[in-house]
Amino acid sequence: MADVNDGARLGPGERGVGGTREGEGSPRGGLSYLSENLREYGMLLALIAIVVFFVAVVRAQIGVDFLNPQNITNLFLQNSYVIIMALGMLLVIVAGHIDLSVGSVAAFTGAVAAVLTVNLDWPVYAVIPAGLVVGGLIGAAQGYWIAYWRIPSFIVTLAGMLVFRGLTLWLLGGQNIGPFEKSFQALSTGFVPDLLAGAVPDIESLQRQPNWTALVVAIVAALVVVVLGLRARSRNIAHGMAAEPSGIFWIRNVIIAAALVFVGWKLAGFRGIPYVAVWMAVLTILYVFVTESTTLGRRVYAIGGNLKAARLSGINADRLTFFTFVNMGVLAALAGMVVTARLNSATPKAGVGFELDVIAAVFIGGASMTGGSGRIIGAIVGAFIMGVMNNGMSILGIGIDYQQVIKGLVLLAAVIFDVYNKSK
Amino acid sequence: MAVLLEMRGISKTFPGVRALDNVTLEVREGEIHALVGENGAGKSTLMKVLSGVYPHGSYEGQILFAGQEARFRGIHDSEAAGIVIIHQELALVPLLSIAENIFLGNERARGGVIDWRETNRRTAELLAKVGLRESPTTPVIDLGVGKQQLVEIAKALSKNVRLLILDEPTAALQENDSQKLLDLLLELKGQGVTSIIISHKLNEVRRVADRVTVIRDGATVSTLDARQGEVSEDRIVRDMVGRDMAHRYPERARNPGEVLMEVRGWSARHPEHLDRDFLRNINFSVRKGEIVGIAGLMGSGRTELAMSIFGRSWGRDIRGQVRIGGRDVDVSTVPKALEAGLAYVTEDRKALGLILDEPIVRNISLANLRGVSKGGVLDEAAEQKVASRFRKAMNIRTPNVFQRVVNLSGGNQQKVLLSKLLFTEPKVLILDEPTRGIDVGAKFEIYGIMNQLAAEGRGS
Repeated sequence: MADVNDGARLGPGERGVGGTREGEGSPRGGLSYLSENLREYGMLLALIAIVVFFVAVVRAQIGVDFLNPQNITNLFLQNSYVIIMALGMLLVIVAGHIDLSVGSVAAFTGAVAAVLTVNLDWPVYAVIPAGLVVGGLIGAAQGYWIAYWRIPSFIVTLAGMLVFRGLTLWLLGGQNIGPFEKSFQALSTGFVPDLLAGAVPDIESLQRQPNWTALVVAIVAALVVVVLGLRARSRNIAHGMAAEPSGIFWIRNVIIAAALVFVGWKLAGFRGIPYVAVWMAVLTILYVFVTESTTLGRRVYAIGGNLKAARLSGINADRLTFFTFVNMGVLAALAGMVVTARLNSATPKAGVGFELDVIAAVFIGGASMTGGSGRIIGAIVGAFIMGVMNNGMSILGIGIDYQQVIKGLVLLAAVIFDVYNKSK
Repeated sequence: MAVLLEMRGISKTFPGVRALDNVTLEVREGEIHALVGENGAGKSTLMKVLSGVYPHGSYEGQILFAGQEARFRGIHDSEAAGIVIIHQELALVPLLSIAENIFLGNERARGGVIDWRETNRRTAELLAKVGLRESPTTPVIDLGVGKQQLVEIAKALSKNVRLLILDEPTAALQENDSQKLLDLLLELKGQGVTSIIISHKLNEVRRVADRVTVIRDGATVSTLDARQGEVSEDRIVRDMVGRDMAHRYPERARNPGEVLMEVRGWSARHPEHLDRDFLRNINFSVRKGEIVGIAGLMGSGRTELAMSIFGRSWGRDIRGQVRIGGRDVDVSTVPKALEAGLAYVTEDRKALGLILDEPIVRNISLANLRGVSKGGVLDEAAEQKVASRFRKAMNIRTPNVFQRVVNLSGGNQQKVLLSKLLFTEPKVLILDEPTRGIDVGAKFEIYGIMNQLAAEGRGS
């Protein structure tokens, strides 16, 4: 019952001026804009704060650089699975559902891939598609009941969590299966070769010479981010949307660009860009595009925002829900294979608790519990927050007991912050 | 008569909007005071200030209640003082019984154990007072909206109410139930209950109100005394909109063309009572450029008819023929119905029509995303252009199309909903209660839009 209507008090002459009140050149300072849009920036600031915290503490306690090249590489490798699955989980949660089965599904598909590779000698280019298909079928099996029979996703995927954990144990016979040949391991531990290194030098100079490809890719990525940001900004202003004050826009973009170049520079000093980082970047761009620029993505937000209104607008909600679970299954399978490759063996215990990391990342990233809102970038930032904390606390030698407590409290704090921010 | 409530110089500012600007309101003991104004005029905001939803300190001005300055920090404080608001959206728990609802949060209990005998006895008394003949143990979900409204009033009475505020109490009621409710208000007045009624229905205001305060653009325009004959509907309307409204309904030229849509032998069963047809063999036709009214009491099946035709969105075992432009069309799913040139504007814009948390632009494009995309990729510039076009054409009063729909007034929301369905370029538009809960000015505009659509050769 909002009787308060921003526009109701505009006179006829003022109509159609469109947003100049809040647009560029507004007298309101950047600070007030920042405080009104705290949610958008809060998590990014939190991530930066957490990184800075660990840099300081790790140096003081252990005397090493938290952001050394090897550890940055580790951050990517250790968190790849959370980020890959968070992409799918965001869609599931935006659509108003939840998927508790992803940890078990990842374990199961990892086990399937291991059996195919080790026991049946399938080549890697056949194993990966097969694994993805298995994941898609599992997603379809669960999505079918959720979408077409309207069984609550919580129940269906809770069942799935048990079923696929059990099937993993059965498939592996309680054993670990491994190790794998190099080509399968490369899925997670390979690095993009230095394409700009010229003639192949001897091993020794290879180790001393920086990996130029990594640095160039990072710089190009930074430029692309800024250019795309500028384009979106000018379009928003042209259409009268309240735009970010230019100061904040530049601060934000310079920070992001600097972070990208910094990471690229660090990676250049180690072994270059890990393949996993390439996967993640490509998938992230793809999912940002799908969620923000396609009718498919828009419709998923619509069914989460108001299912009945979406149905009466001619949106096939059942099919979309089904799709989000198939998609989730495929991504869980990919994550499962990446984890299996990284551990170099499929184990019955793989992926235990993954679903909680992934769901936590999505909620820390600002998705709404009731569906309809949440962004891919938010989920990625949420995943990195969890990942940096995992990694930093492990380096500091904090026990797994305290780690869980701290992660739990961070999740709670993020959501409280969210709710408080909305009620303001 | 003594003054019960005095609100002096109330001002309330939201970021970017001055919602209330030095409003005064004076309510006398034992009167029925009507508060009227266009949507967005500030009535609900004023009542939220009064009830403590906006706590003391978040607004300027002074509230005197029963001679004392009131500084409510929340609804709890205002209820303790005897001010009870009954909102448009009823706040009952559907699965609990009438008695449980009435004493919710105020249970008749000893040491935490509910005294059911006392609860039911008191409930029966209260129900007798409001003239509702139902058992105290009946679940609220089994009652119609009109009876639920009475339960709300009984609940208010259980709290020893001194000032009862009803926000659009008859908006969702049938004529018959509305009359009963108004009679009850008059009866309660006889027992000394003071009430404020917020309403868009001026005939009702005239019938029950002793005095009328008109608010426009967040400021008090006038307080009229009904007993001194100051109150005529025209006078209220003039004060509300700030100009004369010679005609409540816009003029229209009628020149219907050939038959555009025909519905033959339409029948359907109720999804929960499958034993009989709820809609039985309905036939009607719509000509080009014609507006056909489908009238009927609430529960007679108007909404059900419209929704069952529109992509089988209601009912089971649906039978019948729909012809548009002389050809049989398939309307078995919503996308097919839209494809066939049919569009349905729901009566319940919040629950079934709009995505409230999304901005105007995304709501308008929702039913025709294909029209703003290429190969499944959205063209946001085109989308914004479309939305801006509708904002101008429909006179949606917002600074731009990026406002979230939840913040708009009812009239503006209705225009967004209408825009959404017009963007599907329908041949026949089914409007279900298109002017429910919106003010006189916006109603006039909606009627105007309907006439214009008819003149363009669509059926409604």
